Amino acid sequence: MVDASFSGYRRENGRVGIRNHVVILPVDDISNAACEAVANNIKGTLALPHAYGRLQFGEDLELFFRTMIGTGANPNVAACVVIGIEPGWTQRIVDGIARTGKPVAGFSIERHGDIQTIAAASVQAKQYVHWASELKREHCRIDELYISVKCGESDTTTGLGSCPAVGNVIDKTVAQGATASFGETSELTGGEHIVKSKAATAEVAEAFMKVWASYSEMIFKEKTDDLSESQPTKGNIRGGLTTIEEKALGNIEKLGKKTRFVGVLKPAQAPGGKGLWFMDTSSAAAEAVTLWAASGAVVHLFPTGQGNVIGNPIEPVIKLSANPVTCSTMSEHIDLDVSAILRGEMSVDQAGDRLLEIMLRTCNGRLTAAEVLGHREFVLTKLYRSA
Amino acid sequence: MKAFLLHDAQDGVGVAVIDIKAGQEVQGAALHGQAAPRVKARMDIPLGHKIALRDFQPGDTIIKYGCDIGKVVAPIKTGEHVHVHNLKTKRW
Repeated sequence: MVDASFSGYRRENGRVGIRNHVVILPVDDISNAACEAVANNIKGTLALPHAYGRLQFGEDLELFFRTMIGTGANPNVAACVVIGIEPGWTQRIVDGIARTGKPVAGFSIERHGDIQTIAAASVQAKQYVHWASELKREHCRIDELYISVKCGESDTTTGLGSCPAVGNVIDKTVAQGATASFGETSELTGGEHIVKSKAATAEVAEAFMKVWASYSEMIFKEKTDDLSESQPTKGNIRGGLTTIEEKALGNIEKLGKKTRFVGVLKPAQAPGGKGLWFMDTSSAAAEAVTLWAASGAVVHLFPTGQGNVIGNPIEPVIKLSANPVTCSTMSEHIDLDVSAILRGEMSVDQAGDRLLEIMLRTCNGRLTAAEVLGHREFVLTKLYRSA
Repeated sequence: MKAFLLHDAQDGVGVAVIDIKAGQEVQGAALHGQAAPRVKARMDIPLGHKIALRDFQPGDTIIKYGCDIGKVVAPIKTGEHVHVHNLKTKRW
């Protein structure tokens, strides 16, 4: 068993991060240009452009605010500049992030214009970068870590090797008090009975089945065929996966052998305690990881078969694969090659130890393949059309 | 090294872990439980794709991971490639 401690950034609210970003966060699509200009002016900042934030309403608007506030509040973010078209929703996001105690300031464009806003926000961002650059990493325990897990461009090798390796890490870290979360609601279809059996209590099992059934209802309402090529994807099929049932049974190997999940989260909702949590998410990689980052997850374990190249701007995504073709043809994307499992030369337990080791190195500051390659997919989940 | 793996001893299909060529007699192993099936491949089975370990008729259920992964929609002979042309979801 690997020594499970690391050096992280302990934030004002006690939460632990593994990166030290100064984020320039647009409230809405039309504030992206100003945020990108600030990030260009001030080195060491990170703009997070996105497509939404206008005329959303109801549950979709609540999810939008939860995602934006959660992103700024994530412990991988040291400080945050928020820019919106008008001051009201800008301030709502600033106030939400400020509850963590971290430095945050808002700027709005109307009655100033882009150029004045960019100048004022750049002055603030520069101060934040100087301040953040002197923060020190501290010794942190594994029980202070929040890990999310999701696979992508899966094939049959993910169910044989890389997903069981992630499950092994879940068993090892949750047993030591870590927080973790899985999701991909639609992609549990065919294995939902197994997920249900892994709930810690009857109430949690019932809450999970309710969320899963609701997602299924949406699919039945909207579908025009059997979803083949959408779920499973064309890439899944190329890799040998045939049906959603087969894909789901591989997916749920990530839940581990022993761990029971303790609760059900709405998209982007922060867990209320330690242990493994189910989150209601899309199965699309960038959407799902964005939701976990907004819920406070600081490191993501991502098994891939055919080679999904996803990253996230604030939550490092660690990729592992058991497919020898992917590991050789797309090696620049793969942080850990576990294809030896297929050859019978590596046990799942050994693969779990290797993954735990690379995860802790990532927590200590090692950049992932996705970070080095500049993958910063920040994709908001939208529940329905705008007003 | 085995040519294909089963998740569970009762699985009706194996997953090729090498590129299997038509006509090859290949050996598999189960990750859970005792099973060491040996079959003759009737067609090429690329790495990651499924090989039938027995005959199936339309309407049959295929078991993998010890669980139902869908229904057979075209006859399948032992050693043939099992994929979207002969296996469909029961869910959607």
